[in-house]
Amino acid sequence: MNELSKFAPGKEFRVIGTSPVRPDGVDKVTGKAVYGTDFTVAGMLQGAILRSPHAHARIRGIDTRKAAALPGVKAVVTGVDFPDLESLVVSAGESSGDIIHISRTCMAHEKVLYAGHAVAAVAATSARLAREALALIVVDYEILPHVIDPEAALAADAPLLHDDVFTRGAEPKPDQPSNIAQQVALDRGDVTAALAGAAKVVGGRYTTEFVHQGYIEPHTCVAAWGADGQAQIWASSQGHFSIRSLTATVLGIAMADIRVHPLEIGGGFGGKTGIYLEPVAMLLSRQAGRPVRLAMTRAEVFEATGPAPGAVIELKIGANADGMLVGAEIDFVYNAGAYPGITVHSGLTCSIGHYKVANARIFGREVLTNRPPVKAYRAPSAPQITFAVESALDELARELGIDPLELRLKNAVRPGDPQMNGVPYGQIGYIECIEAAQAHPHWTAPLGPNEGRGVAGGFWGNYGGPSTAQVSLAEDGTVLVATGSPDIGGSRAAMAMMAAEALQLPYEAVRVIVADTASIGYSMVTGGSRTTFATGKAVIEAAEIVVAQLKARAAVMWSVSPAEVVWADGTATCLAEGKTDQRLTIRQIAARAPFSGGPISAQVGLNAAGYLPGFAVHICDVEVDPETGQVGVVRYTAVQDVGQAIHKSYVEGQIQGGAVQGIGWALNEAYSYDADGRMENAGFLDYRMPVASDLPMIETVMIEVPNPAHPYGVKGVGEAPIVPPLAAVANAVRAATGKRLTDLPLSPDRIYAAMQAT
Amino acid sequence: MNKLVISCTVNGDATEFLAEPGDSLLDVLRDELALTGSKEGCGSGDCGACTVVLDGEMVCACLVLAPEAQGRHVATIEGVAEGSRLHPIQEKFLEHAALQCGFCTPGFIVATKNLLDRNPDPSESEVRYWLAGNLCRCTGYDKIVRAVLAAAAELRQEKAPV
Repeated sequence: MNELSKFAPGKEFRVIGTSPVRPDGVDKVTGKAVYGTDFTVAGMLQGAILRSPHAHARIRGIDTRKAAALPGVKAVVTGVDFPDLESLVVSAGESSGDIIHISRTCMAHEKVLYAGHAVAAVAATSARLAREALALIVVDYEILPHVIDPEAALAADAPLLHDDVFTRGAEPKPDQPSNIAQQVALDRGDVTAALAGAAKVVGGRYTTEFVHQGYIEPHTCVAAWGADGQAQIWASSQGHFSIRSLTATVLGIAMADIRVHPLEIGGGFGGKTGIYLEPVAMLLSRQAGRPVRLAMTRAEVFEATGPAPGAVIELKIGANADGMLVGAEIDFVYNAGAYPGITVHSGLTCSIGHYKVANARIFGREVLTNRPPVKAYRAPSAPQITFAVESALDELARELGIDPLELRLKNAVRPGDPQMNGVPYGQIGYIECIEAAQAHPHWTAPLGPNEGRGVAGGFWGNYGGPSTAQVSLAEDGTVLVATGSPDIGGSRAAMAMMAAEALQLPYEAVRVIVADTASIGYSMVTGGSRTTFATGKAVIEAAEIVVAQLKARAAVMWSVSPAEVVWADGTATCLAEGKTDQRLTIRQIAARAPFSGGPISAQVGLNAAGYLPGFAVHICDVEVDPETGQVGVVRYTAVQDVGQAIHKSYVEGQIQGGAVQGIGWALNEAYSYDADGRMENAGFLDYRMPVASDLPMIETVMIEVPNPAHPYGVKGVGEAPIVPPLAAVANAVRAATGKRLTDLPLSPDRIYAAMQAT
Repeated sequence: MNKLVISCTVNGDATEFLAEPGDSLLDVLRDELALTGSKEGCGSGDCGACTVVLDGEMVCACLVLAPEAQGRHVATIEGVAEGSRLHPIQEKFLEHAALQCGFCTPGFIVATKNLLDRNPDPSESEVRYWLAGNLCRCTGYDKIVRAVLAAAAELRQEKAPV
């Protein structure tokens, strides 16, 4: 804790750490905000997409003649309308992918790889006509054997999805294509000896299913591609610059020829970091010569966008009698769906990165199956493996007779301890989180009948990366901030607060917009828990340049040196002899700006380094109905090191929302497939996300260990809270029932069966 | 395409629109009347983002056929505020940070108003069950429930005799 105080200077903030009303709030509570689904433009056609009913099939041919001849149909597009591309690995939001695979995800060409894969699209004068036209398209499929289960996909005789995917990371480089897209390995120390010498070794096999981000707004876009080659796209996404670059690359056109306008986004959680509809709408628009709107139904969102990977994890963890971890052996398989691109590295990094374990052997594989290709989902790849590790630690604590938080405290990483890649951790706060959990009244509160308490830890690395921000003064001295980062959960408020802090102005004096791709420099997606850190840093630096300009302008107005001007409370004060009582407000300086050097503004583009991981500890109480196996979460506390909290309420909200998504993952949510490889529950009735009556209040404890690499100490908040809940819930069920369940979701039938087994 | 002429009241205003027999009330509100505050999250009555009030009853507009609105009163999110003065429920949603992406928010606010019109002093549990038909994926519901309870308290004070 002494180390900590060095980095916590007790900085006095004016605006940071409060909870003002968000600048976009009124539009969002009155129904005026324009989301992706709400946008229309004159002359717009309605598009629709035909999707494969088969999990795996070769496309022998597509006959679109009848559809094209239907009166009112203005364009028909299939895979042959997409340009041939050279293989190229590109950044795709929080992961990377081959541009050919990204193109094929938008529209199948030679083969369909999952039920729901797009095969053709039409644009017509009405949505009903567009759907009628789809029914007239005849696709000649040669049905191929399919594989849904990730372990079945590993078998030598499994149906092969791609003949051009070779296992990345395998040595020697394979000469045969494989369903294993990638493998990662870490080997340090001597695991075999360590486990052989351990006082206790726990092991197990844990599985999780495909789960969806479950944002309530389905994907929608409008594209208008003009005869001069210039185009506009209106869409909600986590990154309109990503839409621009991926769409331009898929279509083989210049990025500057596409201007993407960000609309309000109705949730993303990682799932809106890529493209699905945009190139299709572009091609339809070019053919029709009119703007085209494409909108997914909820079933399309489930069947054709990227959920989180399912996982099969086998592990052994050993400790000495004092509870010090001595070795861990982990083998994990992540089911990536139809195309490579998930971050199995994050699975490896997040597995035991929060503990000191000298001896470890970890092997992870990304396996392809005939399901929609997965996409980032909040702390991508971390919750699955943390479920296994934190469940095993719970067993280890039981076997050793050690309090589960004490076991974690003994082994938790501290600043200076090596990360999984060997680089020492910076100012992290895992110890502080565990100690706060121990001290929380929840930890020692009495339990009722049929109740059990579980605890779990976890972390996410967070991210920095490229961002651009512009700060400019209006003529009356009010302030405008523009960034390229979509506001997915209140970031406009955070940006306004940071700018107001730097300028020493009231929050209300600063207004924030999310600018389109032609109006601001490049910014990476809103994701990875990077926006408040990286874009915030750009905002602060731009605001600081504006402060320097304000001082310089005041100096000009006073005919003194800028060094003789101080800026405080939004006002310049002169220090020069004989002028010490002189003051100029920001309003006065702005009004005279044309005569002191011109408009006052600054744009900063940066690549933010120095991001730090966020650690969390969650405590969960459940009540299990012994007659049905139904689980009710009755109390929940989430402790997290958030760095300096900028907007307290929205930081809390991130923690609460992430925890509840994790509870859903633990208890209810899973993709279900039939024997033909078709999803059986592609709707919110059967894919059961938590509702208000399922839950208690979610208590939060914010630990603020500031990040010294950010001017205001920001770390990033949104991802870490989904990491611990899967195990916290499972450990609570273990405590309530005496049964260790290792397969998610913890549905009533599974729990009831486990309770009946003796 | 024989369209029907439907006459109804929307947020207190007499309104006439053309609808095909199979159009949903949500389609008409959004596409014909440009009232896009009611959102379509599922189209199957499972998410509550299109919650409106029809003759005092809370319904999913996606499950109501547009011709069913004939002669009836429809209340949507656009009618909750009085002019530019926000309703206390809207104020409390903002003060309590009860929205993140905001896409589900109109449905929650319409449902909350319908609850508080019937029951000015709901318990936390009554709030949670009343709102169980509205999905929010961002907030975990905590701040929504707190905002609803705070709005109820404020509305009760307003109605109290001076």
